[in-house]
Amino acid sequence: MNPWPHKDLVSIRQLTRDQFDYLLQTARSFKEILSRPIKKVPSLRGKTVVNLFVEPSTRTRLSFELAATRLSADVLNLDSDTSSFKKGESLLDTARNLQSMGADIIILRHNAAGSADFLARRLPAHIINAGDGAHEHPTQAILDVFTIRERLGSLENKRVLIVGDILHSRVARSNIYALKLYGADITLVGPPTLVPRVFESLGVRVAHELDAHLPTADVIYLLRIQHERQRATYFPGVNDYVYLYGLTPARLGLCKPTAIIMHPGPMNRGVEIHSDIADSPQSTILEQVNNGLAVRMAVLYALAAGTAQMAFPTA
Amino acid sequence: MKKLIKILQGRIIDPSRGLDQIGDLYILEDRIIDPNTLDAAERYEIEEIPAGGKIVAPGLIDIHVHLREPGQTAKETIATGALAAAVGGYTTIVAMPNTQPVVDHPSVVSWVRQRAAETACVNVLPSACLSQGAEGERLAPMASLKAAGVVAFTDDGRCIQNNELMRRAMEYAAMLGVPVMDHCQDYSLTQGAVMHEGEWSVRLGLRGWPSIAEEIIVARNILLCEMTGARVHCQHLSSAGSVRLIREARARGLPISAEVTPHHLSFTDAELRDYDTLYKVNPPLRTGEDRLALLEGVIDGTISILASDHAPHCGYEKEVEFDLAPFGMINLETQLAVYIQLFIESGRLSWLQLLDKLTTQPAALLGLKNKGTLADGADADVTIIDPHVDWEATDETFRSKSRNTPFLNRKFRGRAIRTIVAGKTVWDEGRG
Ligand SMILES: [Zn+2]
Repeated sequence: MNPWPHKDLVSIRQLTRDQFDYLLQTARSFKEILSRPIKKVPSLRGKTVVNLFVEPSTRTRLSFELAATRLSADVLNLDSDTSSFKKGESLLDTARNLQSMGADIIILRHNAAGSADFLARRLPAHIINAGDGAHEHPTQAILDVFTIRERLGSLENKRVLIVGDILHSRVARSNIYALKLYGADITLVGPPTLVPRVFESLGVRVAHELDAHLPTADVIYLLRIQHERQRATYFPGVNDYVYLYGLTPARLGLCKPTAIIMHPGPMNRGVEIHSDIADSPQSTILEQVNNGLAVRMAVLYALAAGTAQMAFPTA
Repeated sequence: MKKLIKILQGRIIDPSRGLDQIGDLYILEDRIIDPNTLDAAERYEIEEIPAGGKIVAPGLIDIHVHLREPGQTAKETIATGALAAAVGGYTTIVAMPNTQPVVDHPSVVSWVRQRAAETACVNVLPSACLSQGAEGERLAPMASLKAAGVVAFTDDGRCIQNNELMRRAMEYAAMLGVPVMDHCQDYSLTQGAVMHEGEWSVRLGLRGWPSIAEEIIVARNILLCEMTGARVHCQHLSSAGSVRLIREARARGLPISAEVTPHHLSFTDAELRDYDTLYKVNPPLRTGEDRLALLEGVIDGTISILASDHAPHCGYEKEVEFDLAPFGMINLETQLAVYIQLFIESGRLSWLQLLDKLTTQPAALLGLKNKGTLADGADADVTIIDPHVDWEATDETFRSKSRNTPFLNRKFRGRAIRTIVAGKTVWDEGRG
């Protein structure tokens, strides 16, 4: 194996299929470790990992925090509430300060697209993009591919529907790149205000009607509808959305019994997904959360290993 | 003793008279003079400037420059902006009014003119806001502003959204005989937008700014131009649709014109692929097709004026997340070289045609009688251009206070080697 070549994880687009495979295999070995009574390995002992969450997200932060802890790193959390941003300090200055204090890895969550790339180009620390505006959320896509492969095996020619607000979704973008790396057939579904035609330039299909695509789908990936953050012009209202795109029991009846239902969370029960479906055996929602931990450990491990050989960790 | 300058054996190109020929140009004090009218008995202090192989042109005019003074002198001042203009071959620049305070009162006009007279090495002509505070709600005191000496009205950087107010502003401007220059942007279509809406905005996850946000206002301005008879100028066109609308309107004989910037002619939205904030401009860089339509618009005369939208910003202001960076780049010192590359080296315009858009046309828009021409008696504003000199735009070559330009460290061919304003050399490449 060659050394892991990337200082940072900013975008799925930077990964080759081999590198993605390596992350999946590493995650699989960490998942095995997590099933043991002592769920901790010393891989990142002495390293400092900082969660810099300019845009709040408790779930993602906890997942990264736990992943770093399981690898024996020291973890610092800097949230938008506690950080210097309220005092007007720039992102770059804040990150430079963290670097000076010895941060080896900075996990950045930010509402501005490109912010992780911006830091990665300017700091020697490893930067992990934990979601940058509507751009990318690479660890989410890796854990999603991990989860699909656990359930369905290969992704080659599997039909994946991604449903909802694609325009504002970093999860959708990262997943499109990741799923294409594994040969999936992708259709984006939603109203033209949230799924404009121009997405076809990414090599996917764009559709505005859900029911016609359900019977052939192997994966139905539902995105959270953020109606509270949505400007009214995109979106006539929740009822209208449920009518067109909500995954109801009636719509589930159109699907293959083998189809899996995915959601990056947190979900709106009764909006994009009916509550019973969320808790059904077809749903992978809790597996995604669980796999997220192993995948984030794998990413931290790959970056921190730096110039070391790519090799799977063994306990 | 009066001073007489003889510029010898240059290629004199004067688009105002369709002139392109080798010859001598004489300057007496601050005017261009016909040597046959010189008094043989009088003695002069004579300076000879050999100009063989060089182009002798009317001083270039840039109608769209942000000087940042008053208010933001860390970015630029009237003095540094004027020097940057001189280095670029410009002898006259129009200062945009979105300073702090904005130019919406005769006292600010007087201040800017005074400051320019004391510190600027080129002609700095102030423009004033159309609306009070550039807030788009009430008309600025346009008649008093004209009396104080402004050459144009514009809320540049902003766009009046209220069509009724824009109509009244144009009616006033028509009465006063002063042009209206408009930054065409519909705000309802550009909420939070930071780049062109298209494939790249989708890839980058940045909020898109559709071309139609410009085209709707261009179309409005055409209709209001027709209704009011005002002299209307659309600033920094960015889209193919805007070019088409202006082409049709000009074909119908309306007094409407348009400009384009060096960056919209040079780049597309693909340059933003690495979130480089140097390429964040308003209006945004658009597609390759838009860029070609803009070039075509210049070549066929639809776009009759080239202008810089020189917009200086401090380094730390651009060194931030893309969403937070200010719009704009500097252009004064590199734009002539960019135009030479795009139009002369490609053979798509003659020097006469290119210089027309840099001298005669802007002078005509602003109603400047003695500028943009080398006719006898005109102001002695002259630019000498070496079209063959190879040079590089380095940190040291800039005189602007700011460096926010992707043209930094680019290699160019052709530049102004001497800039003369009212008979005085304000920039001499040989002397630095
Ligand atoms: Zn401007």
